Amino acid sequence: MSLKRIDLLICCGSGCVSAGAMKIKERFHEVLQEKNLANEINIIETGCMGPCDYGPVMVIYPEGIFYKKVTEDDVEEIVNEHFIKGRPVTRLMLHNDEEQTFSTKKEVPFYQKQVKVALANCGFIDPDSIDEYIATSGYEALGTVLTTMTPQDVIHVIRKSGLRGRGGGGFPTHIKWQMVHDNVADEKYVICNGDEGDPGAFMDRSLLEGDPHRILEGMMIAAYAIGATAGFFYIRAEYPLAIKRIRHAIAQAKEMGLMGDNVFGSKFCFDAEVRTGAGAFVCGEETALIHSIEGGRGNPSPKPPYPALQGLWGKPTIVNNVETFGNIPTIFLKGADWFASMGTETSKGTKVFALTGDIRNTGLVEVPMGITLRELIFDVGGGMTGGHKFKAVQLGGPSGGCLTVEHLDVHVDYESLKERGAMMGSGGVIVMNDKNCMVNIAKFFMDFCVDESCGKCSPCRIGLKQMLDILEKITNGNGKEGDIEELQRLGEAISKLSLCGLGQSAPNPVLSTIRYFREEYEAHIRDKSCGTKVCLDLMHFDIDKDRCIGCSLCARKCPVTCITGSREEKYTIHQLDCVKCGNCQDVCPVKAVNRIPGMHPEVLAKHTAEANLTSHHDD
Amino acid sequence: MAPVTQMQNQLYDSLKAVIAEKKNLRNPLIEILRTAQEIFGYLPIEVQEFIAGEMNLPASKIYGVVTFYNFFTMIPRGKYTLNVCTGTACYVKGAPRLIQMISDHLDVKMGETTKDGLFTLSAVRCVGACSLAPVFVIGEDTFGRIDNKDMITEILARYK
Repeated sequence: MSLKRIDLLICCGSGCVSAGAMKIKERFHEVLQEKNLANEINIIETGCMGPCDYGPVMVIYPEGIFYKKVTEDDVEEIVNEHFIKGRPVTRLMLHNDEEQTFSTKKEVPFYQKQVKVALANCGFIDPDSIDEYIATSGYEALGTVLTTMTPQDVIHVIRKSGLRGRGGGGFPTHIKWQMVHDNVADEKYVICNGDEGDPGAFMDRSLLEGDPHRILEGMMIAAYAIGATAGFFYIRAEYPLAIKRIRHAIAQAKEMGLMGDNVFGSKFCFDAEVRTGAGAFVCGEETALIHSIEGGRGNPSPKPPYPALQGLWGKPTIVNNVETFGNIPTIFLKGADWFASMGTETSKGTKVFALTGDIRNTGLVEVPMGITLRELIFDVGGGMTGGHKFKAVQLGGPSGGCLTVEHLDVHVDYESLKERGAMMGSGGVIVMNDKNCMVNIAKFFMDFCVDESCGKCSPCRIGLKQMLDILEKITNGNGKEGDIEELQRLGEAISKLSLCGLGQSAPNPVLSTIRYFREEYEAHIRDKSCGTKVCLDLMHFDIDKDRCIGCSLCARKCPVTCITGSREEKYTIHQLDCVKCGNCQDVCPVKAVNRIPGMHPEVLAKHTAEANLTSHHDD
Repeated sequence: MAPVTQMQNQLYDSLKAVIAEKKNLRNPLIEILRTAQEIFGYLPIEVQEFIAGEMNLPASKIYGVVTFYNFFTMIPRGKYTLNVCTGTACYVKGAPRLIQMISDHLDVKMGETTKDGLFTLSAVRCVGACSLAPVFVIGEDTFGRIDNKDMITEILARYK
């Protein structure tokens, strides 16, 4: 192996790849070849570095220079200036609004409050290289565990660390392990739940793609603790790269003797394989996941019996989330006390979040438990984009809830979030500005859950559909008094009566938005008005006569020819015919077309008349 | 129509080989269906019945699994499936409008295939490229921050 003077780490996480990272990598190879530098510079494809919004990003060592939004055209300049002349390209570095430059990765504000445990190697090593993983103390924890500890010792360490399941529920990991450990069976299984179905979440994907060996090592330590000899990675089909990386990692580990029979000369024997999902959100639920691995429909089954007693093929099984496994090697390397020193009384360690929505630094972050939402959104996330105001943050996806401005100082831990109607969830954080309609967001999640309900139990299958119907009526102007109370009644019943976590938590987005944004629901129902102008039936377009220059472009682009006028008289929209396509607003060269909250009076009058007619028929 | 039948036979032969190879794995049904869909492009009843026969399983079990998972389809798809992400981040950043624009451009509704058999318009729940929202995916290519019709016209032209 030759020594190279520069390490060029190119982020090849999904965000950067979509933004063109692969082409940039190719270009670097070309340019370095041309300039005869190929043997001096080491190009490494890494997993996600985190700040997806700046993508494609790269870090150049030994200095740790951080470049953002690099294009193919910048490659030559980086090679000439930085690699040959030793002058980093300031233009490509991160600058803030005050013209301050952050030249190295360490200085970048996005990383300041982050503590990387599960993500330690993500964006730092080549995920396809077992050597690089071993060079960062990889498989050392497994070696220590197998050669110096009993399975019960391992569980004690996990108990001391306070680690709780990172998949959403927050169930203490050691209790699950202890249960399976104590059950006597000829075979036991360990499953890694990589069926990350929450829309807006990509933590597991990034971990599996960015540091697959870590997850494998965590799984093997768990297998040793509970006495399992076989493991399954259940990964959703939408993540082909994650599937490929884990398969590759398993093959490498086997080749090196880190997996298979008598690992590290111990009695521990282990084999793992990958099973892929086929697109069903409910398969994230552990019993449904097990049925899916068994080759059937992914319907959940009632608990008890818990998988710890009767899981895969009827044998004791633990199902842990990807991130949970990702924490395990480090707990053994740095100690349970170190892990437990981070976080709050009940929630220890760190949590990985996928920050998205209307904030500046969208991306993948890992922060200590107990950080406030304000720090997470404004310091790590860099605040809102485009000068808009913060309105709400949605945590926990379709199972979670929305929190508002008054909750910004809430500490992020399992209990504090749950008390306020949200939940930790798997880690999707969607930040919304004041242009978002909360009723519409609630409808979005409800639509998702209706679509993904497996249909086995009636509260979820029928109840959620009823809730969606009411939400649709509210957003299309047919809401009526009592609808809010009906939503609450249904929501509470569905939460109590559903068979699995999907149905039990599906009403949360609606219940939490009613709790904090009730006035928006009321405006939709009583005033037939959507203040944010998102719900098309509860807003209208209007042409500002003072601005209109009479160019007739809107009239020509209107698909239903409902705009008429002349250069002198300007143009007018005939509201009763308008289909709200928005073409007129898009094409207007002087921005004279505005969105106005509420139904237009003419439309409202017609709507009310029609509604009265129908209700008479009903009588 | 001899060539078509011949081709069909070839497809069934390769499916048979796959089943023979995977039959002894524990519960390989989903993996087999996935490969079958790769071979045929979709999973019509005839293919399901064939698998049922080969695996000695009731056809109803196969049908139950096929209809449960979003990944499997019983309707033929176009050459390219255009998946618009409808995850939360994309939704917040304008996925419904993006769908409308693509749907207008291709003159198909969600789930339909264009007359020339080139594109099937479909929705997918979160592809994990939230920072580029709103996005759509064709094959392995992701296109992000799509906010006007010209971008769509330009991208789709590349596939014609």
